[in-house]
Amino acid sequence: MMSKLKIIRAIVTVVIGTMSVWSQCAIAEDGMGGMSMDGMQGGSAPPDARDPHAHADGYDFGPIPRPRMADEAMMAGVMINRLERVQTRDNTYFNAYELQGHIGKDYERLVLKAEGEIDGGKIHEARTELLWSHATSAYWDAQLGVRNDSGDAPGRNWLALGMQGLAPYWFEVDVTAYIGDRGRTALRLSAEYELLFTQKLILQPRIEANFYGVEDAEREIGAGLSNVIAGLRLRYEIRREFAPYIGVDWSGKYGATADYATLTGANTHDTNVVAGLRVWF
Amino acid sequence: MTYKRTKQHVLPNLQRRKFLEGLVMGGVVLGLAPWEYAVALQGNATPAQVLSGTEFDLTIGEAPVNFTGASRMATTINGSVPAPTLHWREGETVTIRVTNRLISSTSIHWHGIILDTKMDGVPGLSYKGIAPGETFTYRFKVGQAGTYWYHSHTGFQEQLGMYGAIVITPAAGETIQVERDYVVTLSEWTDEDPMRVMKKLKMQGDYYNFNQPTVGQFFKDVSKDGLSSALDDRKMWNDMRMSPMDLADISAQTYTYLMNGTAPAGNWNGIFKPGEKVRLRFINSAAMSFFDVRIPGLKMTVVQADGQPVEPVTVDEFRIGAAETYDVIVTPKDEAYTIFAQSMDRSGYARGTLSTNPGMSAAIPALDKAEPLSMGDMMGDMGGGHVHHASTEYGPSVDMRVDSPRTNIDDPGVGLRYNERRVLTYADLKSVSGVMGPAKADMDIEVHLTGNMERYTWSIDGLEFGKSTPIHFPFGKRIRVIYVNDTMMSHPMHLHGMWSDLESPEGKLQVRKHTIVVQPAQSVSFLVSADALGRWAWHCHLMFHMDSGMFREVVVA
Repeated sequence: MMSKLKIIRAIVTVVIGTMSVWSQCAIAEDGMGGMSMDGMQGGSAPPDARDPHAHADGYDFGPIPRPRMADEAMMAGVMINRLERVQTRDNTYFNAYELQGHIGKDYERLVLKAEGEIDGGKIHEARTELLWSHATSAYWDAQLGVRNDSGDAPGRNWLALGMQGLAPYWFEVDVTAYIGDRGRTALRLSAEYELLFTQKLILQPRIEANFYGVEDAEREIGAGLSNVIAGLRLRYEIRREFAPYIGVDWSGKYGATADYATLTGANTHDTNVVAGLRVWF
Repeated sequence: MTYKRTKQHVLPNLQRRKFLEGLVMGGVVLGLAPWEYAVALQGNATPAQVLSGTEFDLTIGEAPVNFTGASRMATTINGSVPAPTLHWREGETVTIRVTNRLISSTSIHWHGIILDTKMDGVPGLSYKGIAPGETFTYRFKVGQAGTYWYHSHTGFQEQLGMYGAIVITPAAGETIQVERDYVVTLSEWTDEDPMRVMKKLKMQGDYYNFNQPTVGQFFKDVSKDGLSSALDDRKMWNDMRMSPMDLADISAQTYTYLMNGTAPAGNWNGIFKPGEKVRLRFINSAAMSFFDVRIPGLKMTVVQADGQPVEPVTVDEFRIGAAETYDVIVTPKDEAYTIFAQSMDRSGYARGTLSTNPGMSAAIPALDKAEPLSMGDMMGDMGGGHVHHASTEYGPSVDMRVDSPRTNIDDPGVGLRYNERRVLTYADLKSVSGVMGPAKADMDIEVHLTGNMERYTWSIDGLEFGKSTPIHFPFGKRIRVIYVNDTMMSHPMHLHGMWSDLESPEGKLQVRKHTIVVQPAQSVSFLVSADALGRWAWHCHLMFHMDSGMFREVVVA
C-alpha cells in the first residue's frame, strides 16, 4: 500500500513537472497573451497574411540553372554528449555513452540516438533509436521511428514517436512515447540545462524519467514510473567540440522495478561519480 | 554546389585563441610569381598592385598566405590579398579578361557598378560562372565615378581572399582636391576552411560567441540593481531563447582582421606631410563583419557613401557594414594617427597608421566593452505601425517576428549609442542634389528579413532561396521596397544592378546606396528604378547568411 502511494506521488510530481514545461512551450509558442511579446514567436499565420510569392508574376528561374546554396545542402553531425567512466557507490566501474547523430537538411533529418552502458568490453545495456526528424516550429522537431533495447536482458523493439527541442528558459527537452509488441508501451522524458560559470566552464544538470505501461518481468521492469536519473556534469570547453567533465548521477528505481532490484540484491538508489568527454563533430 | 576545398595543414594547438595581432610580415608569401608592380598614388606603395587603363588581365589562382603563423592557401587574383586595385575612368569602356586557374568554378562581381546583367558576374543569373581553365572577358562602359570594389560570387571564395578595390576618376576630373589618396580595405582572414565554419555554426549557432551572459554576471547585476530587476532584464531574452549578446556570428576567435591585407601587427602605413589633405577610401570587404572606424585625434569628413557624393558631414566615428564604402577627408597635423576599426562584437580590430614616416605607429585604443542589444533592438517601436508578415513566417524557419518595427534612421546602432563620440548615422547622409531618382513610387514591395539562430538558417519572408520564387520588378517602374528586419542582427542588404535610394521615415529621399544596413527590429524603405533588364541578385551581404538562404532573384522585365 505504502509503495503504491509513493509511486502515485512520484508519477504526479513528474507529470506536473513535465506539464509545466509543456505549458511553457505552449505559452511561448502561442505568444504571451496580453503581454508585449504577444505574437513574437510561434503561432500561425493569420488569414490575411502576406503572400511571399505575390510578386513572382508567373516568372520562374532560368534559363541558366539557378544557384544552389547551403540551404539545399545535405549536412551531418554527431554530438557525443556523454562518453564517461562511471564509479558506483560500491566501487565498481563501467563505461557509459550517450550520443545523437543526424544527417539531412535544415528541417528534415535522419536522427540516430544511442545510449548505453559497457561493462568488461560487453554492452550490458543499450537503447538505440533511429528516427525521422521533422521541424514543426522554430524550436521543436517531431520525430518518428524505431527503438531497440539490447544488452544482457532480452531485447525489445518499439515504435517511437516524440518531440525534441528547446523550451523557454533554454531547457533542452526530449519527450518520446513508445509502442512495443505484446501491448507494451513506454514514455521517456528528459531535460537538460546549461549554466555558464565562465565562457568555457559550464554546469549541465539533467533529469530523465522512464515510464512503462505494463510490467516486463524478463527485463525486471515494473509498470508505472520505473526509474529517474538526475545528474550534474561540470565541463570545461577546451574547444567547443572537446570538453572533459566530471559529474555525479543520482538514480532511483521505483515501484515494481525497485522490487525486482531488491529481490536480486541490487540497489534501488545509486549515486555514481562520472568523468568523461563531451565531443562533437 | 561544390565548394572549393583549399589544401589545409593540420591546425596547430587547439587552445582558445585570443585575438591575435597577427604577424608583422603577414600576408601573401612573396617570391611566387614575378608580377609587375606599378607605383601607387603619391605616397606609400600599397600591398596590392594598382592597375590602370582600359584593358586588364586578371588571373584567379591559389597562393600561400601566412597571417597568423600558420600557413594557409588563399584564393587570389594576380597572386595578392587584397586583389589588385583597378583604376578606371568614367566614360571609358573597360575590357577585363579573367582567367581561372583554380580547379573549380569562379566568378567576379563588380559591386555597385551599373552594367549589363551579362557582365554582373553572378553564377546562375548572369552566366554559368568561369570554368577551370576558362578566360571570360568582361566588357562594359563605366558610367559612374567613385570608390567601389569587386569580389568572387562563388562559394566561399570571397572569404578566402578574392576581393579588391575599384577607384573610378570622374570624367571631368576629380573635384575633391587632396594631396594623398589611399584605399583602406577592411576584411577578415580565417585559417579555417569556411565550409567547416558553416558546419560549426549549423551545429552550434553561437559557436564563436565568447561573450555570453554568465552566472557571475547575474550575481553582479543582483548586487547592483536588486534581484527582481536582474530577473526582469533576463526574463524576455530567456523566454524567447535569444541572447542579448548576439552581435556577430563569427568573432576574433577565428578571424584576424586586416587593413589593406595587413594584420594589426603588420601596421599598414599611409604617409602624409603635416597639413596635407588625405582622402581615405574605406571599403568593407569582410565576409561577416561590421567595423566601427575612428582615427583618435582626427575628425573625418564623409564625402562619399557607396561611391556617390554626399553633403560633407564631419564625424568622429562611423560604422561600415559588409560591402559598404565611405570616402572621408582628414587633415592630419601630428606625426602619427592610428586608424582603428573595431569589430561590432568588440572581439578584435583591424588597424593601420597615418604617419609622416613609414613604420611609425600611434597609441592603439582599447577595444570598447561589448554592449548588449536593447529592448528596441528586440521589439522595435511599440507604438509604431503594424507590418504585414508573410504567411511563411510562422514555421520552423523564423524564430521571431517584429510587429511594430522602429523606423528612425538616426540610430548609430548597438555599441555606438552611448560613447559620447559623434557617430555617423544614415540620417546624416544626404545625397548631393541631382544624384537620386524621382521621389514618387509606382508600387510597393514589402520583404521581411528572417532567420532562426538556433538552427542557423537565414531567409527572406521565412523562405530560403531554394524555396523562393523570383521577384518581378516591372521594367520602367519606380518601386518602393520596404525592408522589415524580423531578426536581432544587422543585415547589409544589396540589390545588384540598380541603385537603392534610401527614404527617410518622413518619406523624403535621403541618400543613394548600393548596400543598405537594416538594423535589428527596424524597417527602412528605398526607391529603385527598374531600368536594367535581366535577372539580378538581391541578398544579405553577410556571406554565411546569403549562403544559408537569405538570397533572392529579381527579374526586371
